Amino acid sequence: MPEFLLEMKNISKSFSGVKALDGIHLKVLRGECVGLCGENGAGKSTLMKVLSAVYPHGTWEGEILWEGRELKASSIRETEKAGIAIIHQELMMVPHLSVAENIFLGSEISNRGFLDYDAMNARAQELLAKLNVHDINPALPVLNYSGGKQQLIEIAKALNKNAKLLILDEPTSALTATEIRTLLDLVKSLKAEGLACVYISHKLEEVAEISDTVTVIRDGTHIATRPMSELTTASIVTMMVGREMRNLYPREDHAIGEVVLEARNVSCWDVTNPERKVVDDVSFQIRKGEILGIAGLVGAGRTELVSTLFGAYGGNHKGSVHLDGREITIRSPRDAVKAGICMVPEDRKRSGILPIIGVGHNMTISVLNRFAAFGLIDEHEELAQIQAEILRLKIKTADPMLPIASLSGGNQQKAVLSKMMLPEPRLLILDEPTRGVDVGAKYEIYKLIFALAKAGVAVLMVSSELTEVLGISDRVLVIGEGQLRGDFVNDNLTQEHVLTAALGQAKQMA
Amino acid sequence: MTNINLRKFLSENKIVALLIVVALIWLLFGYLTYNTDTGVSGFLTARNFSNLLRQMAITGILAAAMVFVIVAGEIDLSVGSLLGLLGGIAAILDVVYGWPLAGTVSFVLLAGAALGLMNGWMTSYLGIPSFIVTLGGQLAFRGAVLGLTGGITIAPVSPELRYIGQGYLPGWLGNACAILLFLVLLFMAFRTRRKRLQHNLKVPTPVMEAVRLVVIGLFILGFVLVLNSYQGIPVPVLMLLFVLGIFTIIAKGTVFGRYIYAVGSNSEATRLSGVNVNLVKMVVFGLMGLMAALAGITTTARLAAGTPSAGFGGELDAIASCFIGGTSMRGGVGSVIGALVGALIMASLDNGMSMLGVDTFWQQIIKGIILVIAVYLDIVSSGAKRA
Repeated sequence: MPEFLLEMKNISKSFSGVKALDGIHLKVLRGECVGLCGENGAGKSTLMKVLSAVYPHGTWEGEILWEGRELKASSIRETEKAGIAIIHQELMMVPHLSVAENIFLGSEISNRGFLDYDAMNARAQELLAKLNVHDINPALPVLNYSGGKQQLIEIAKALNKNAKLLILDEPTSALTATEIRTLLDLVKSLKAEGLACVYISHKLEEVAEISDTVTVIRDGTHIATRPMSELTTASIVTMMVGREMRNLYPREDHAIGEVVLEARNVSCWDVTNPERKVVDDVSFQIRKGEILGIAGLVGAGRTELVSTLFGAYGGNHKGSVHLDGREITIRSPRDAVKAGICMVPEDRKRSGILPIIGVGHNMTISVLNRFAAFGLIDEHEELAQIQAEILRLKIKTADPMLPIASLSGGNQQKAVLSKMMLPEPRLLILDEPTRGVDVGAKYEIYKLIFALAKAGVAVLMVSSELTEVLGISDRVLVIGEGQLRGDFVNDNLTQEHVLTAALGQAKQMA
Repeated sequence: MTNINLRKFLSENKIVALLIVVALIWLLFGYLTYNTDTGVSGFLTARNFSNLLRQMAITGILAAAMVFVIVAGEIDLSVGSLLGLLGGIAAILDVVYGWPLAGTVSFVLLAGAALGLMNGWMTSYLGIPSFIVTLGGQLAFRGAVLGLTGGITIAPVSPELRYIGQGYLPGWLGNACAILLFLVLLFMAFRTRRKRLQHNLKVPTPVMEAVRLVVIGLFILGFVLVLNSYQGIPVPVLMLLFVLGIFTIIAKGTVFGRYIYAVGSNSEATRLSGVNVNLVKMVVFGLMGLMAALAGITTTARLAAGTPSAGFGGELDAIASCFIGGTSMRGGVGSVIGALVGALIMASLDNGMSMLGVDTFWQQIIKGIILVIAVYLDIVSSGAKRA
C-alpha cells in the first residue's frame, strides 16, 4: 500500500447546525496532483479551510493524517510549518512591498534585527529562477506585475517555506491564456520534482490536463474519487451536478431588430499611465434583441471599452455614443441608467454587491424611487417586488433580508443581475457574467440572457470563456491590444478563428 | 432560553443589550448614592433624571447626525468647533444685534447646513479625505469663534433664547405630546399590519402586537409622568426626541437613508447602480452641520451666554456615543437609537460619578475604558455569530 502524503478521513463540519461537509475523503500521494471539483457551495473551500487549520482542530470531525501521523493543527502557522501552502483565489500580496519582501513576509532574513536585503533578493531570484521565471525583478514593488506574475510570486513564496503540498484555489480565474499556460507547465514540472498539489478549478480542461486523480464533491458529500484516465470533462460535470447536462447553452430563437446603440471611435487611456492607450478607436453597433459577445484576451481593453459606454471609466476617454441614432452624453453610471444602459460589472465583490446589506435591498437599490412617494419608501410594495424577483431568478436564500455576502457566488450574481434588470434597460452590458459561478447557476444565467434578448433587450457580453461567447452570442467582436480585430457573425465560428483574430494574425474582416 | 439563543437574541437586538447596560449602570449608581437617613437614592430621583436627559441632549443631537456620517464611511471631527462657532454667532446676533429669536435660529441653522455642505463638498467632490477636511475645520472653526467673540463671553442672552436651553414644557402639553405620539404609533402599527396582509406577508399574532403596543405605551407614560413630577419635559429633551424620530425615519424609511447605508457598505457598487454617491455624502455632511447648529443654539441657550470654548471636544463625545451604540467603524452599520443610548450611557456615567464626587481625571479614564470595552463586546458578539 502506498504511503500517502495526506489522508483526510471522514471529515464533517457544521455551521450552526447546517452540515457543510459530511464525511469527505481526500488522499494525496507525493508528487501527485489531485483535482478537486464541485459546484460553488459544494464545500471545496470549507474542506481546504479545514486542511489549512483556518478552522482549527476540534471544530470539525474526522481525522487528518499528514505523512502518516495525525495532524492536529490549531493555526495556519502550524500547517504552513508542516508544509501545506494555500494559494488563494484572491492573491494575498502587499502591493507596495517588493517582490522579495512579499516572498519573505513572515520569514524575513535578518541580521541582528536588520533586514538583509541582499540575501533576500538573491534568494528570491534563485527561487524564481527555479520556477523558470526570469523577467521579475525581486527588488521592485509587486504592483508592477500582472496577476499571472503575482501568482508565480505566490508559488515562490510557498516554495520558500518548503511546502510539500500546494493547494491552488481557482488559480487561473484572472489570468490570460499565456499566463495559464505558464502556470500549468510550472505545476507539471513541480510535480515531477515530487511536490504534491490539490488543484481546485471550475475550468475542467485545466483539471483534466494536470490531475492524476479527481475527487468530486457535491453538497458537502463525497461523490467519487477516480483516476483522471477513467474520466472526461463531461463525466466530471455529470458527477458535479448530479444530472446529465446535455446542453450547456439553452439557445432560444429571438428576433433581431434595428440598431439600438452605436459607439463611434471610442478610445481610452490608462488610468495610472495616461500615455498608454488601452482602447484604440473602436466603433461598433448593437441591435435590438441581439446578443453581442466581446472576446479577447484579459487586458485587451474590453472592460475599459464597456465601462466607458456605461460612464464608469475613470481614465481619459473620447468618442461618441448614439442611442436610437441620437448622440447622448454619459458622464456617470447614473446618466447611463437613466438613458437605458445598465451594466453588471466584472468584479462582483468589489463593484457588484453591497455585502452587509440584505439580498432584497441589493436588488432594489437601482429602482428605489419607484417605490417611493416624497422620498418615503413603501416597504411592502418593495418587498413584494423582491419576492417576485427571487422566485423568477430562483435565488436561493432563506430570507430576503439576509446579507448578500452570505450567499453563494451564483446567487449573488443573480441578485446583481436582477438589480440591473429592474431598471428595464434597452442595452444590458454583462462583464464576465459567469465568473466564479457554478455550473447550475451558469445555465440559469444563460437562460436569463436569452429571455432578455427575446424581450428585445440588446445584450453586450464580455467574457474570457470562448466556449461561452460562442455558445450564446449572435455576433462576436474580437478585441486585441485595444483594437477591434474582428466582427464576426456567429455562424460556424470556431475558437481558433477568434483566437487568431485576437492575437492579430487574421486578416481584418468586415 | 438557552445561552446560545440568548446571545443570538442580543446580537440581533443590540438595543435591548444596550438598555440592559443602562439599567445596570443606573442600579449601580442608585445603590451607591443611597442615603440611609432620607431613604432616597440621589441618582434615582425625577430631578436627576431630568438633569441627566438635559445633559445628554446636546451630545445626542450631534450623535444622531454623526451616525449617518460614520455609516457612510466618513468621519466629522469638526462638529465640536462648529457647534462653538454657531453658538457664538447665535449669541452675537441675540445679544449684540438684538435679532428676534426666529431670525437668529433660522440664520444659524442655515449657516450650519452651509458649512456642513462645504465639508461634504470638499470630501466627495474634491476627494480630500473627510478626516483631513474636518480636522482642518476643527482648527479653523475654533479660530473663527475666537476671532468673532474676541475671546470673551457674550451675555446675557434674551429670555426667549434661554427658554430653548433651560425651559420646560407645561405638564398638560407634555401629556398631549405623549398621547399624540402613542396615537401615531398605534396608527402606524395598524397600517403596517394591513399592508403586510395585503401583500401576503407574515404578521405577528394580534396578542403579540397588543403586548408590544402596551409595553411601548407604558414606557411613554412612565417617561412623561416622571418628568412631569419634577418640572415637565425639558425643551432640549423634546428637541432630541424629535431629532431621534426624524433621523430614524430617514434611516429606515427613505430612499436617501437607504443610499447612506448602501454607500457605506460598498460605495463603488452603489455608484455603479446609478446612485449619485457624491451628492449623498455631501447631504450627510449638510445634515451634520444642521445638527451642529441646533446643538450650538441649545448650548448657548443653556449657558445663557456665548463662550468661545463651547463644544470643546464635543465631536469626540458624539463619535464615542455612536461606537458604544453599535455603529461600525467600517461603515454600513449603525442605528440612530443605538447612538442615543450610547450618549445616555456616557451621560449617566458623567452624572453618576460627579454626584459621587469622583475626580474628573478618574471620570475621563473610566469613560475611556468603557468605550473600548463596549466596542470589544460588540466585536465579540458579532464575531461569534459568524464562526
